[in-house]
Amino acid sequence: MSAPRKATREAYGETLVELVQDGFDVVAVDADLAGSTTTAKLGKVYPERLFNVGIAEQNMIGLASGLSLTGKTAFTGSFAVFGTGRAYDQIRNTVCYAKLNVVVAPSHAGITVGADGGSHQMLEDLALMRVLPNMRVLIPSDYLAAKAALRLAAETGGPFYVRLGRAPVGQIYEKTEELALGKAVVLRSGTDVSIIACGAEVEQALLAADTLAQSGISAEVIDVFSLKPLDEETIKASLAKTGRAVSCEEHSVIGGLGAALAELVAKNPGILKSPLKMVGVQDKFGTSGNIDELFARYGLDAKFIQDIVLELLA
Amino acid sequence: METSKALTSTEELEAIANRMRCNIVRMTTAAGSGHPGGSLSAVEIITSLWFSGLMRYRASEPGWEERDRFILSKGHAAPVLYAAMAEAGYLEASELLTLRKLDSRLQGHPDQHKLPGVEVSTGSLGQGLSLAVGMALGLRMGGGDQKVFCLLGDGECQEGQVWEAALYAAQQKANNLVAVIDNNGIQIDGPLADICDVGNLAGKFREFGWWVTEVDGHSHEALIAAYQEALATDFAGPRLLVAHTVKGKGVSFMENTCAWHGKAADAEQCKSALAELGVLS
Repeated sequence: MSAPRKATREAYGETLVELVQDGFDVVAVDADLAGSTTTAKLGKVYPERLFNVGIAEQNMIGLASGLSLTGKTAFTGSFAVFGTGRAYDQIRNTVCYAKLNVVVAPSHAGITVGADGGSHQMLEDLALMRVLPNMRVLIPSDYLAAKAALRLAAETGGPFYVRLGRAPVGQIYEKTEELALGKAVVLRSGTDVSIIACGAEVEQALLAADTLAQSGISAEVIDVFSLKPLDEETIKASLAKTGRAVSCEEHSVIGGLGAALAELVAKNPGILKSPLKMVGVQDKFGTSGNIDELFARYGLDAKFIQDIVLELLA
Repeated sequence: METSKALTSTEELEAIANRMRCNIVRMTTAAGSGHPGGSLSAVEIITSLWFSGLMRYRASEPGWEERDRFILSKGHAAPVLYAAMAEAGYLEASELLTLRKLDSRLQGHPDQHKLPGVEVSTGSLGQGLSLAVGMALGLRMGGGDQKVFCLLGDGECQEGQVWEAALYAAQQKANNLVAVIDNNGIQIDGPLADICDVGNLAGKFREFGWWVTEVDGHSHEALIAAYQEALATDFAGPRLLVAHTVKGKGVSFMENTCAWHGKAADAEQCKSALAELGVLS
């Protein structure tokens, strides 16, 4: 992890430009946050391909849907809280029901929004998006994974949710060939416990695994790049091996990664030797603070994950 | 290949409109549910556009690139869309009686994946205009001269998204977009004026930067003239017809009442409706 820390959102505009250069008929629709989401970079190179509808997220999704119906792949912006919640019916009834080539990829998901506080920290987006038929959900854990996710969405077609973040995160991947739809990646092999993480929590999980290793605990770390479809085979193989699991997400423990794992565990009785532990936001709203403070307050940092593992193995 | 039926005779248009009204009543009765009121009010809005040569389409080739697009934003008026599609040749009239039944292509609200020719799935109100603006801009980017027609209800103009889309259509000078509002004045719970009055829609849209004309929504001659004017004007922006209509038009007991917004006639009522429309069954 020597490369400079970079936010996943920084991949957005850049990747869109590259996709156009590679021949994809791509447009972006943003809602007065083109600078923050970085879709403005697309507008800089290809002004005719960026539509800024102003502060109107429902129209953002609708416009993107209309554009997609003329043969384009339309990417949408805004912050995750508004870009999913404010326009949920548009995403459900138009993007997903009509199965359109629309990639909902807002920035500023999760608690790492920081100082803007609870109104802007989206902790329920995975739950909202995961439940929708036809929707695929990708959660990149670093900048390169974000580039891969956005490209994968354009190549695959159909509705996608790509979860992007505001805050810089450490580099996880040097190459992203193994990132694919329906794939989770075993980043670190282990035998005592499976730490199954997504997004910004992958970095925390790896840090926790490092520290645990010093105490002789062998933790397997899995990056759930694709939350839906979920890579049940990779995850089941890990759970069958370790018998213990901790989920880690910068999201409510209801409806997101932890919930998806709980569903998997419930369908595979006996696969775990002890109850599934869920690291995540415990059915609460966020609050203002810096990221380190918030990670500590909400139980999302490496230290917290490490303590949970020790508790599980005790 | 024939691109659209170019009928100029008002008598022929009226005959089509009458058949469509009969089919709207028949299919909703057969379904035992549905939305006859707002379907009957929109009949001439559609017949004057689809069957007068104003709109380009090929029923035999629904995906024809050069077609104009028609979006039924008020998706609950699916029966009028299906009745028009039967007249245009997208489906057999007999299939209309499968409306709302299991495995039917004629879903309660239009589904583009079930029935080719449905431009986009609709049903959740207030979304069609955004779709229309997006399509209009996408088609313009492609350099084509296709038009996008979008039919809205007046009740759905209570949705904020309609106004978001209206603002942006004007901002983008979407001059290949023609919207029509079926201004029948009645929504499911009662008259708009008693619930949340949308007021002067023509004035509001003009203020939002649109070219607007008001028209008798049951006169083919007036509608055709209004469409022609909307298509011919050199106004650099979107166009709107506010069509003044009667909910339930053509069936006396359904006219001007909210009770028939979302209810089908029973067998006896269907018979008397068809008798009024001049047919026996």
